[in-house]
Amino acid sequence: MSVRQALLALLEQGPMYGYQLRSEFEQRTGGTWPLNVGQVYTTLTRLERDGLVAGAGADDEGHVVYRLTEDGHGEVATWFTTPVARTQPPRDELAIKLALAVTVPGVDVGRVIQQQRTATMKALQDYTRLKRSERGAERVDLAWGLVLDSLVFAAEAEIRWLDHCESRLRRAAREQSAAPASAPVQEEAR
Amino acid sequence: MSAVLTLDRVSRVHGEGASAVEALKSVTFTAAAGELVAVMGPSGSGKSTLLTLAGGLDSPTSGTVTVEGADLGSLGLKDRARMRRTAIGYVFQDFNLIPALTAAENVALPLELDGQRPRAARAAARLALDEVGIGHLADRFPDDMSGGQAQRVAIARAVVGERRLILADEPTGALDTETGEDILQLLRARCDAGAAGVLVTHEARHAAWADRVVFLRDGVVVDESGSAPVDALLDAGQGR
Ligand SMILES: Nc1ncnc2c1ncn2[C@@H]1O[C@H](COP(=O)(O)OP(=O)(O)OP(=O)(O)O)[C@@H](O)[C@H]1O
Ligand SMILES: [Mg+2]
Repeated sequence: MSVRQALLALLEQGPMYGYQLRSEFEQRTGGTWPLNVGQVYTTLTRLERDGLVAGAGADDEGHVVYRLTEDGHGEVATWFTTPVARTQPPRDELAIKLALAVTVPGVDVGRVIQQQRTATMKALQDYTRLKRSERGAERVDLAWGLVLDSLVFAAEAEIRWLDHCESRLRRAAREQSAAPASAPVQEEAR
Repeated sequence: MSAVLTLDRVSRVHGEGASAVEALKSVTFTAAAGELVAVMGPSGSGKSTLLTLAGGLDSPTSGTVTVEGADLGSLGLKDRARMRRTAIGYVFQDFNLIPALTAAENVALPLELDGQRPRAARAAARLALDEVGIGHLADRFPDDMSGGQAQRVAIARAVVGERRLILADEPTGALDTETGEDILQLLRARCDAGAAGVLVTHEARHAAWADRVVFLRDGVVVDESGSAPVDALLDAGQGR
């Protein structure tokens, strides 16, 4: 995730210092992707070097406050109007694990799937519980609610995919056991 | 927690001889007061079979089904029918609404059959329709509604009155994601208020509202997921 873009976007609200930026970010994302303050300050330094933010003096307690420059505003506008690239999928450990499980001998793939499904379902139950308490809260935080929904839909997609993998495997196993007589013929044909 | 529903080593064989299908194979299952249990599994795994047995709409080939302490198999026809009207709320996979009755009349029917005054029954029906978000459609006929609206009438009919056991077969199939969530919220609230609920669903997102999720495969319970500590959430969130 681009910390750089997120910080720039937050500064659209007005000048802020590092700690403030971090807490504004975490309020919206519920601490799902923790940011450390060091990372925030390093990023601000780079943004200043690139002319996207500028120091705007210090507040009463001496915190250095940053504001967007003209170029900074432009960068934020560009970010919001450009779709997130889908060309390079992030490395997915689970997909890789299953791809290997079906090819490496001696792995009980069904069990791998079942255990993963149970674990993902537990995570999904936890997200849902958070959502329920979110709904009960007096003021529902829309931003964090949407991030939570995104986690919910991703976990659901993973479970659907696991179900799909399981039924494909079962089908493959059925086809294999249904066609033992024709298998040698195919061998000869090759 | 006391068990409202218990299935003890229940099997159900459909048909006979070579064409016999063993839809459930010695399944043991409970739902306690205050608990919502989700049942998931591929098409044909026995989910609806389990639910119809729990609701007394079908009888097991072997094993016992107990609701609120009463063995459904040893109840007479009359007592069983009464139980179905008063203690058990059932949402059918295909809604099962009566086309000649309006939404409010459909919902009020089980109450009226149970001897409630028509006016009180209608008032309770309107309240239940409000709860599922279609109070304004109380006087419409099922055929003049969208699939999602008819589904909500079926849900209102299942939760109206003081049902102790709510059984729902794919109650969100025809609903969009937000309406589906409202329905889950409603089922959840009924269970939090003391009912036992069993929810059959293909959607993991909805199953996640349950306290327990039971996975069926070929008529057998293969897996169960209960509540997990919140730490598991953070691990899961950071792992990816
Ligand atoms: N009345 C019946 N006669 C014969 N077989 C039946 C009958 N009812 C169900 N079955 C069979 O029993 C098995 C389980 O059916 P069931 O309806 O319980 O599945 P399900 O899990 O609810 O599936 P779906 O997700 O498609 O609704 C299936 O193989 C089905 O064909
Ligand atoms: Mg079914």
